[in-house]
Amino acid sequence: MERKKLARTAAILTAATLGLAACGSSDEGAEGSDTIRVTVANHVWTDTIKAAIPEFEEETGLKVELTQLGEDQLSDQYNVKLNAGSDEIDVMMYRPLQEGRLFADNGYLADLSERVESNEDWDWSDFQEGPVTATTFEDQVVGVPIITEREVLYYRKDLLAAAGLEIPSTMEELEAAARTISEQNPGTAGFVARTGKSAAVTQFSSFLFSFGGDFLEDGKSAVGSEEAKEAYAFYGGLINKYGPENVSTDMSWSEAMAIFTQGGAAFYTEADSLYKNATDPAKSKVAETVGFAPLPAGPAGSKPYNIPSWSLAINEASQNQDNAWKFIEWATSKDMTLQIQQSGVPGPRSSVWADESGTSTYPEDLAEAITVSAENGVGHDRPLVKSVAEAREIVGGPIVAAITGEDSDNAADTAQSDFEKFLEGEQ
Amino acid sequence: MAAVLTPVRKTAGQSFSDWANAHRKWLFAAPAMIFVGLLIVFPVAWTLYLSLTDASGSVRADSDFIGPDNYLTVLTDTDRFWPAAGRTAYFTVSALAVELVLGMCIALLLWRPFRGEKWVRVAILLPLVATPVAVGMMWRLIFDPNIGFANQMLGWVGIPPQPWLSGVESALPTTIFIDIWQWTPMIVLILLAGLTSLSDEPDEAARIDGASAWQRFRYVTLPLMMPTVIVAVLLRSIDALKTFDILYATKGKGGGSFNEVETLNIYAYGLSFDYNKYGLSSTVLILFFLIIVGIMFFLTRRRKGTN
Repeated sequence: MERKKLARTAAILTAATLGLAACGSSDEGAEGSDTIRVTVANHVWTDTIKAAIPEFEEETGLKVELTQLGEDQLSDQYNVKLNAGSDEIDVMMYRPLQEGRLFADNGYLADLSERVESNEDWDWSDFQEGPVTATTFEDQVVGVPIITEREVLYYRKDLLAAAGLEIPSTMEELEAAARTISEQNPGTAGFVARTGKSAAVTQFSSFLFSFGGDFLEDGKSAVGSEEAKEAYAFYGGLINKYGPENVSTDMSWSEAMAIFTQGGAAFYTEADSLYKNATDPAKSKVAETVGFAPLPAGPAGSKPYNIPSWSLAINEASQNQDNAWKFIEWATSKDMTLQIQQSGVPGPRSSVWADESGTSTYPEDLAEAITVSAENGVGHDRPLVKSVAEAREIVGGPIVAAITGEDSDNAADTAQSDFEKFLEGEQ
Repeated sequence: MAAVLTPVRKTAGQSFSDWANAHRKWLFAAPAMIFVGLLIVFPVAWTLYLSLTDASGSVRADSDFIGPDNYLTVLTDTDRFWPAAGRTAYFTVSALAVELVLGMCIALLLWRPFRGEKWVRVAILLPLVATPVAVGMMWRLIFDPNIGFANQMLGWVGIPPQPWLSGVESALPTTIFIDIWQWTPMIVLILLAGLTSLSDEPDEAARIDGASAWQRFRYVTLPLMMPTVIVAVLLRSIDALKTFDILYATKGKGGGSFNEVETLNIYAYGLSFDYNKYGLSSTVLILFFLIIVGIMFFLTRRRKGTN
């Protein structure tokens, strides 16, 4: 009896508390709200957009509330909020190759197929094919690409000239040049690149393709192939033999870029969209002497990745989808794309690339390298699976093994069987 | 003759106050009960439920009830789970041991008044007020293999640069060092409070009997301090077991490229936020929860024993 009463009292009080909580919830996300909540990552793209937002607000009378986060925090935030079905995010900046499949599969991304076709001036057909494929899921457009990337070779003109060397056009030449320069300049590395198990995968991918390999072949693991083994040994070996002393195995782009821009290395392979970090005198000690070249050719040619790294999407749970689309339409318009591309972020629009003013702000050699890479580029830079983070850790294992001087062939065999198991689990 | 009582009509307010009077013990306890229910019982129960399902990808997606399968998977996982459990134990025990010894030494030094005592106390407590994530990032810079201050300092005295956080073998000891740097002051604070509340008489009596300083510490002060020491161990061990921020800020996802500082906490976080395997992650968390409850149970019994 006592227990029943207790249960009743508890039930009444709980209901009252929840009722109060419900009264307190805001109704900002309601249909047609004037406030658009946009979540974005820290990026040069974001800096330019942020500066232009007042214009958009004035034109439309809408208000933009921007939340800006680091990449990892952004992912965590999406995991929590989208999982909970929250409508607190209207527009989201996401990585189509990293999370796109998972998000689309979970129904987090609104179908934009009709919206993209609705405005001829905005012109969906102007977007490059590769990026569009990456943001299309089961024939539905779920995102609009904003940033594209290709891997290029960053190098130091002064060190190359002092050693009397040409810009390397093959992997063998790259290795020879890295050796010569590191021997001639004690304390300066011949080559630097990302070393973190997961972080290095994207930059390693271009080496893998150039050696004739890939992560997957016909849906099966291919990281144990001879080509892949050669690529692992080559990429890791360059860092092991000619990399910075005491190299850590945790470096992402920011640490590797810091070594290069502080004058610590002769060659560096990285995404072209990050070039401003190397050419901006405020950030880089080598701004004056940095040069750019297409990725050197391996046995299978020069095959850098050419991918859309970030896109904009609308949260399926958002109550404010019409206004959210207005923001996306504005942020990805021809004008804005040109403006952003001029500030140093390679965009996805063909017309902007065809326009001379779209490339005029780029260093000449970089613009050439981008054009070459866009032609022979591969449309992915990581295994295209649902749980990309886990897959990256598996296929990244042999990279760090090679960097630390362990047997990378063995590590590749292990990665091959682990990846096979992983792929079975994915189905 | 029985008196006929005219029933008095009660107002609504009166009937509520009667009801409240009759149930006051539940009414006053209700806020706390709701708090515990919503914020502790529900999440634990939900995690327990998730640990018995194959939830992955999204918690909202359909998932199947698979019984104890996740527990079997986790408990037989010698690649990640058991090494992570080992690292958790290694981290906790080593950090705690050093912090206790160091904390006791510092507390004993600060026990008796001396000139400049206040300044020393403030200086010792400084690490405690810093945010662990900021502490992690600061030490990450100091221990950077190429530009870090630690290696530069070693260079001044002719010692070759050390890998610190970047070495597979040295990463975990380095994070333990950071934990010791940050949390020893808390032990000092607790032990100092214990020391100052001790009565001087047993110590004086031992002194008159001719006991040496070490003997007085070993046979008088330490036994009297045992309840305080156990409180310090209890608080710190729970904290050390669930350390996350320092490890994540220094080594990132998965505790580094070789999982070299991956503890149970980092592992469970990675399973949830990187791999989106909510069922497995919940299983690791439930097992971790049981370990912590077990240790707490053991320590509180010890504490009662010493009391």
